[in-house]
Amino acid sequence: MESLILVLVGVLVAVATYLILSKQLLRVILGTAVLSHAAHLLILTMGGLKRGDVPLLGESEGPYTDALPQALILTAIVISFAVTAFVLVLGYRAYKTNGSGNFDELRGTPDE
Amino acid sequence: MFLLQVLYIFIPMLAAILVPFLYKSIKNIHTGWFVLAVPATLVIIYASYIAKVAKGEVFQAELPWIPSLDISVVSYLDGLSLLFSLLITGIGSLVVLYSIFYLDKHKEKLHNFYVYLLLFMSAMLGVVQSDHLITLYFFWELTSISSFLLIGYWYTRDASRFGALKSMMITVGGGLMMLGGFILLSIMGGTYSIRELIVIAPDLVGHPLFTWSLVLLLLGAFTKSAQFPFYIWLPDAMEAPTPVSAYLHSATMVKAGLYLVARFTPIFAVSELWVWLVTGVGLLTLFWGSFFALKQTDLKGILAFSTVSQLGLIMSLLGGGAVAFHVNGAADLVFKFAAFAAIFHLINHATFKGSLFMIAGIIDHETGTRDIRKLGGLMSIMPLSFTVAAIGSFSMAGLPPFNGFLSKEMFLSAMLALNEFELFGFDTWGALFPIVAWIASIFTFIYSFYFVFRTFAGQYKPEQFPRKPHEAPIGMLISPMILAAFVVIIFFIPNLIGDTFVKPAVQAIQPFLYDSPSAIDIHVSAWHGLQPELFMTIGIVIIGVLLFVALPKWQGLYNLFPRSLTFNNAYDKIMQGLDVGLYRISRLYMTGSMRHYLLYMFSGIVAIVLGTLFVKDAFSISFEGAAPIRSYQIILIIVLVIGTATTILAKSRLTAIIGLGSVGYTVALFFVIFNAPDLALTQLVIETISVALFLLAFYHLPKLGKREERMRFQLNRAIISIAVGVMVTLIALSAHSQKLIPSISKYYKETVYSLAGGGNIVNVILVDYRGFDTLFEITVLSIAGMAILAMIKLRMNRKEKAHENK
Repeated sequence: MESLILVLVGVLVAVATYLILSKQLLRVILGTAVLSHAAHLLILTMGGLKRGDVPLLGESEGPYTDALPQALILTAIVISFAVTAFVLVLGYRAYKTNGSGNFDELRGTPDE
Repeated sequence: MFLLQVLYIFIPMLAAILVPFLYKSIKNIHTGWFVLAVPATLVIIYASYIAKVAKGEVFQAELPWIPSLDISVVSYLDGLSLLFSLLITGIGSLVVLYSIFYLDKHKEKLHNFYVYLLLFMSAMLGVVQSDHLITLYFFWELTSISSFLLIGYWYTRDASRFGALKSMMITVGGGLMMLGGFILLSIMGGTYSIRELIVIAPDLVGHPLFTWSLVLLLLGAFTKSAQFPFYIWLPDAMEAPTPVSAYLHSATMVKAGLYLVARFTPIFAVSELWVWLVTGVGLLTLFWGSFFALKQTDLKGILAFSTVSQLGLIMSLLGGGAVAFHVNGAADLVFKFAAFAAIFHLINHATFKGSLFMIAGIIDHETGTRDIRKLGGLMSIMPLSFTVAAIGSFSMAGLPPFNGFLSKEMFLSAMLALNEFELFGFDTWGALFPIVAWIASIFTFIYSFYFVFRTFAGQYKPEQFPRKPHEAPIGMLISPMILAAFVVIIFFIPNLIGDTFVKPAVQAIQPFLYDSPSAIDIHVSAWHGLQPELFMTIGIVIIGVLLFVALPKWQGLYNLFPRSLTFNNAYDKIMQGLDVGLYRISRLYMTGSMRHYLLYMFSGIVAIVLGTLFVKDAFSISFEGAAPIRSYQIILIIVLVIGTATTILAKSRLTAIIGLGSVGYTVALFFVIFNAPDLALTQLVIETISVALFLLAFYHLPKLGKREERMRFQLNRAIISIAVGVMVTLIALSAHSQKLIPSISKYYKETVYSLAGGGNIVNVILVDYRGFDTLFEITVLSIAGMAILAMIKLRMNRKEKAHENK
């Protein structure tokens, strides 16, 4: 199972990379979102997917699944959400100001 | 008392601080008069050492600088460094005196000039007195920098800046090589002290770093002393004010390389390579410089090439002095003259070349030109200058009764003597030495005559001079006259000079030959006898006179040399090539396109990570202990893949955003099946908000590209994306299959209730065990919120923007 999920993570990373290498602003933002999903799944898988119970004391006697990766992912989700939201608004502003969402046209001024 | 000896080095540097104040506050008196006191005082101070040093005593003082790194300023005064110190301060005094009359106090920025000059003086004293390798390098670079400042003194002229930059590039480049040599030496010897290195020199020879340090050190010496092919900076440095040329580029700085070779001879003389390089390069420079001096039309250009040539002469003699190490009983052979002649000629050269530069400056000052084609017939108009110039030139040519004659005789003796040894293949090539030296001496003779007679004799053409020529003020003539007087005096009392200055210096260069200065039994009177070198000199004079008379007939030959084959041209091409080449290289990869940079990064990461995996052979895939695969998991995986594929393939923005949303929700479902309820909750909520955000901004967001992108580039993208994905999978699989230590989660599970009083392990980790993470995650969220608010609210409109730009 782990191997399968890791291959899936690889697919997600490949797709994210492809999107990030795009010319379009929106695709790059989508790419970062996909990349963060891949990272979360990776952390979870590396923590081990062995069958175990939900890490809630009192619900069962265990064994439980590893709780630490879950805590780490929870933090990561919130942070990646904050960054995605920020980048989204930044992309929106860049589009409004420059009138283009194409990176080939967003090259700065030549004398810089 | 001992510490004072170190402080003497810094006196000019400290005095330099006062110069601008004196210049600004006392306008009536030429600032040079105040400056003059500094070198004059130092001459007296160093003169007080002469008697003791002549007896073979040495003086050492140490001022700790960085004790923990064993770095200190060590002043070591023996015959060699005292001689140089006296030259530096003595000629320094004369040059300052000369500059008072040369530089106008109203038109020139005198404070700059004297600050640089005093800085240089300190640096030079530091170079010759340092016994510590690192501080020697420190002072060495300080001479390069102050020389750079002095050459570029008239910084509004292009040629000055070009010359300053060129000398800086070459001498600092050489200086860095020298630093490398020094560091290797200190690694080999385990000490920074030159004196201690000399003591343990025999142990260093076999060391694998020995040759490297030798070559690097010689590169430093050759660049500084304008040896072949690094001499090219010296003619361009002639754009400096003439006092600077006289001081730095004839008498002192260019001799720093000679000093270095002399100082390190006891360490490196053991090596045949040293002997060959020093002697060979010296002779080549001697010949080359004297040959091309005749091509010059600028007075200072002639003197620059003549300096190059004379420095080569001294260098070759120092190489000869190193041969003495390999010869049994060298102290009894003719050959002993080499090192003695080197030092003797070094003194003589400083006297006559200094005076000649000053005369060139006077001619420039009084006639407005230095072009030898315009000059002529000044003999009767400037009789004093002519006398001094004639004395200097005849001495340079090696004629009696001037000191150049003595040193030239000794030079020829030494070169003839080299011929007699069957060392290092000298028996085959050695015969070339006296021949090359002899031909070079003929050229030296011709350019000396060329210099003095083309300027002072011949037709007087007043209409060619920018100014009406007249004799220089007497103040300007004092310094060259004093130097010229030395030229004559030394001829008559060579043994006094020899005993007082030369022998202690020779003993410092050849400690393996002589125990004390008095052990050197050289008596400079051999010029009486009918030796072969006397006939060589007669030959030089006869052929020299003949060739000089015929000079107009064959000087045109020099123009046959193609300009494109000169070293100057090579230097220009190298500098230009570096400029253009580096510009092209950076243009090549700094395209300004973010996608290119991302491509570099991704390919770099893939190469490094996969490379490491291959090199370390860390691939390992095992399915041991893996969880079983369930059918519903397969379905979820398929959904996820379809969702991600949608984000790529979608032509419209909406489809792509919904595709992303489906990915997010499927990930939430994965969290559900892998027993992570908190994650699933958060993921669902966050994904909902994200998608809502995307949709909110939907109408304002840029459209996806309508145009087809070029296929080739997409292939690039696809390859690198797949490579990144494969890399992540491979490294994750390998890492997962090689778990070394068990998780620490057991501890959380056991103590979550007893220590923290909670049942939800994930939440207790977030707020209790690892609460700090959560605190700053909250901070991240609030910063993002504020930043978004700021981005939307704060806008500089055009008016404000225009205001800002003002």
